[in-house]
Amino acid sequence: MKDLLYLPDVVTLSLCEDTCNGCGMCIKVCPHEVFELSGRKARIIRKDYCMECGACALNCPVQAISVRSGVGCAAGIINGILRNSEPTCSCSGSSSNCC
Amino acid sequence: MGASYFEGKIIHSGLEIPQVGTKLNTSDFRGAVMVRWGINRNNYKVEPGLYAAGTPDSGSDVFVTANYKLSFDHLRKNLSGADSWILVLDTKGVNVWCAAGKGTFGTKELVRRIKITSLEKVVSHRRLILPQLGATGVAAHKVREETGFNVHYGPVSASDIRQFIKDGYRADREMRKIKFGFADRIKLIPNDFIYGKFYLLGAMLVLFLLSGLSSKGLSYRDYGGEGARSLLLVFLAYFAGIVITPMFLPYIPGRFFSLKGFFSGALVFLGYLIFGSSGHNLLTMASWFFIMGAVSSFVAMNFTGSSTFTSLSGVKKEMKLFVPVQAGFALTGIILHVIGKLI
Repeated sequence: MKDLLYLPDVVTLSLCEDTCNGCGMCIKVCPHEVFELSGRKARIIRKDYCMECGACALNCPVQAISVRSGVGCAAGIINGILRNSEPTCSCSGSSSNCC
Repeated sequence: MGASYFEGKIIHSGLEIPQVGTKLNTSDFRGAVMVRWGINRNNYKVEPGLYAAGTPDSGSDVFVTANYKLSFDHLRKNLSGADSWILVLDTKGVNVWCAAGKGTFGTKELVRRIKITSLEKVVSHRRLILPQLGATGVAAHKVREETGFNVHYGPVSASDIRQFIKDGYRADREMRKIKFGFADRIKLIPNDFIYGKFYLLGAMLVLFLLSGLSSKGLSYRDYGGEGARSLLLVFLAYFAGIVITPMFLPYIPGRFFSLKGFFSGALVFLGYLIFGSSGHNLLTMASWFFIMGAVSSFVAMNFTGSSTFTSLSGVKKEMKLFVPVQAGFALTGIILHVIGKLI
């Protein structure tokens, strides 16, 4: 089956290729094959498939990746608005939804 | 700790470590079915700490997981025959993916748990295998700095663990990819169905109250006819949003979940128009179009949280665009509904 794609041109992911040391960690942690190693540098090849989970940025040892990560979850955003906080799933709260 | 998955204890390096089975029993299955329906979901936990699956020794692999029992069960059933250690982190009973997003399945807790369990004495190697989806909370290089343990991200799905080990601790492209197939989506539906219950009951209540309205005033004598029909129609719209939309997600047009939900809502509206609209005037019929569209669209939008490919930026954009539309539809629907009843 073709990979499911959400909205184009909204993702906040960016990679600084000058800083990248080519370790390939971003490729290992990304569940949507957003990166590729080309030469000795990582490259973003499928940006629109990124779900902004932040795994790549967190695991990049040289901080070459930046992304505004969070939960892609409408219920979470509603929760955030109601509690006046960052969008959050209520996984461990009193209600039982989980993103 | 008399849980049925304990098989005893093993003594290793002077430590007493609980041993767990790698075959799930009926009580595990029953628990799994219940939590999928949201029953006992916030208290389906395993005690954090170190466990032995089979009879591991100091050279055996260490698999890290969350203390949500469903996560723990998925892991241990895929370790049958592979004597291993299981390190369970305290994620407050939340699964790996959600907990990693929140940071409870995270660097800090992993480092802390390694120290509490004296893992460096239990195993002679320095290799930890984490589920790939845990990477959202764990920085591998920081864990190495603080504990000396090397984090290896395993496959997304625990069912690929054996192949992962056979391939020399390498997850290939397919193993690294998160999938969202029919079966994956179906499993999530019951919980989402239950989660939105207050939206459902609220909408049902409003439409039921309006069903008693007529040009002669307000009367609920006919609750068996018009009242029941209103309840059914709201329920169908909800069903369209939270069952039909996820089931056929890839095949329903539109990228926005709200739009997909609107289409499913329109489909059940069509069913109503053909089979269930007798005795309704045009305004009432039109009102149901707006009401069912609004309900289905809103509920389907909430499925973004269960999907595996929506981003925060995307969902924010979707909500900015569609929440006003949904609200407009609901309001238009209610107004038309009232007028339709009164004339």
